[in-house]
Amino acid sequence: MDDKSLIARRVALELKDGMLANLGIGLPTMVAGYLPAGVTVSFQSENGIIGMCPVPADGLVNADLTDAGGSPIGALPGASAFDSAFSFGLIRGGHLDVTVLGGLEVDEAGHLANWMVPGKMVPGMGGAMDLVTGARRVIVAMTHTAKGAAKIVPCCTLPLTALRRVDLVVTELAVIEPTAEGLVLREVAPGVSIAQVIAATSARLIVPEHVPEMVL
Amino acid sequence: MSKAVSVTRAVEMVPDGASLLIGGFMGVGSPHRVIAELVRQGRKDLTVIANDSARPGFGIGQLIDARLVRKLVTSHIGTNPETQRQMIAGETEVDLVPQGTLAERIRAGGFGLGGVLTPTGVGTVVAEGKRTIEVDGKVFLLEEPLKADFALLFCRRADYLGNLDYFLTARNFNPLMATAGGTVIAEPNEIVPTGVIPPDEVVTPHVLVDHFIEKGASHGR
Repeated sequence: MDDKSLIARRVALELKDGMLANLGIGLPTMVAGYLPAGVTVSFQSENGIIGMCPVPADGLVNADLTDAGGSPIGALPGASAFDSAFSFGLIRGGHLDVTVLGGLEVDEAGHLANWMVPGKMVPGMGGAMDLVTGARRVIVAMTHTAKGAAKIVPCCTLPLTALRRVDLVVTELAVIEPTAEGLVLREVAPGVSIAQVIAATSARLIVPEHVPEMVL
Repeated sequence: MSKAVSVTRAVEMVPDGASLLIGGFMGVGSPHRVIAELVRQGRKDLTVIANDSARPGFGIGQLIDARLVRKLVTSHIGTNPETQRQMIAGETEVDLVPQGTLAERIRAGGFGLGGVLTPTGVGTVVAEGKRTIEVDGKVFLLEEPLKADFALLFCRRADYLGNLDYFLTARNFNPLMATAGGTVIAEPNEIVPTGVIPPDEVVTPHVLVDHFIEKGASHGR
């Protein structure tokens, strides 16, 4: 399994039956493909829909039905469509159970930076600041390092997305839970040692006596 | 008098230097005919308020390509490298606003509110220079209302009076912007007789709509 599929598969286990979830563009979108059997989740897209699904078959694309990345989607029976103020009211108002987002950096305080690299890359925050501020649970799905450089760092050097402490970080090496005490190593990926995780992390990790392997 | 106007006439109403609210999300639900005509007529020094700048050659990206935008107020330019290039080079002023905040600022502008209090952006660069207000022990940012000279919308249908409805994710910012533009111009996908859109399904009441773009018969094309 490649790194991104592994991350998506592990994150999918965090989604529980009946939840309303919002998946970011890119890797987080892959999570929907790995929902465990029997788990039904409603997916919101912040451009204004609950009940999105993949386009069911070739030839069924509608130009006015897309995800937040502009890619064509389908809509399930029971779907609803709404404007952007309503969509973000759901997000800020505590109605969204979980969001899964990509990350550039996460630090020991559990702060996420994921929307710009000053002077180099300025995608803008889009809905990320509202999602991280308002979702009941925030899961960061990202590769553990970028070109060898640690992304889990003592203190974010990039502009923060929010002051809120994220709830879980899932990478191809580990599952890490930011807590009031710091970053706790909860799981390691199959075949990965604790030492490997520590070596790829510049932040201090709290390592419990027992760190299980991810069950995928 | 009919509110139907040609796309040429609609864009002639927009002067250089105008501020424009433009609907759409990655070009979905944007008034593409109006945007193309803005480019054709070369309206310049525009202030554009929109969720994003789509991508080069598409939607609002066409205004960026043609260098018609002086200032862009938006939440996301990640899909448009040309907007990012112009921003970093200092050629176009880009004011980045969280998406939910952008929606609420437009709603505040259109609904006569002095602003909104949002938790989004507290403690980040978005909060710089803004007032924070504590309510029941929670800290909020005061975000001020946004309005513009024109709102340029896309809708599913306009009836003869200018009542509008929308379709799926092409709705996005359009109904909000309909309240916050000095002159509101809608580009409908379809024009229908008054009454075809039942009262409960009218999203934007006709009183908000000044003009909509006319359509000719397209049978047999």
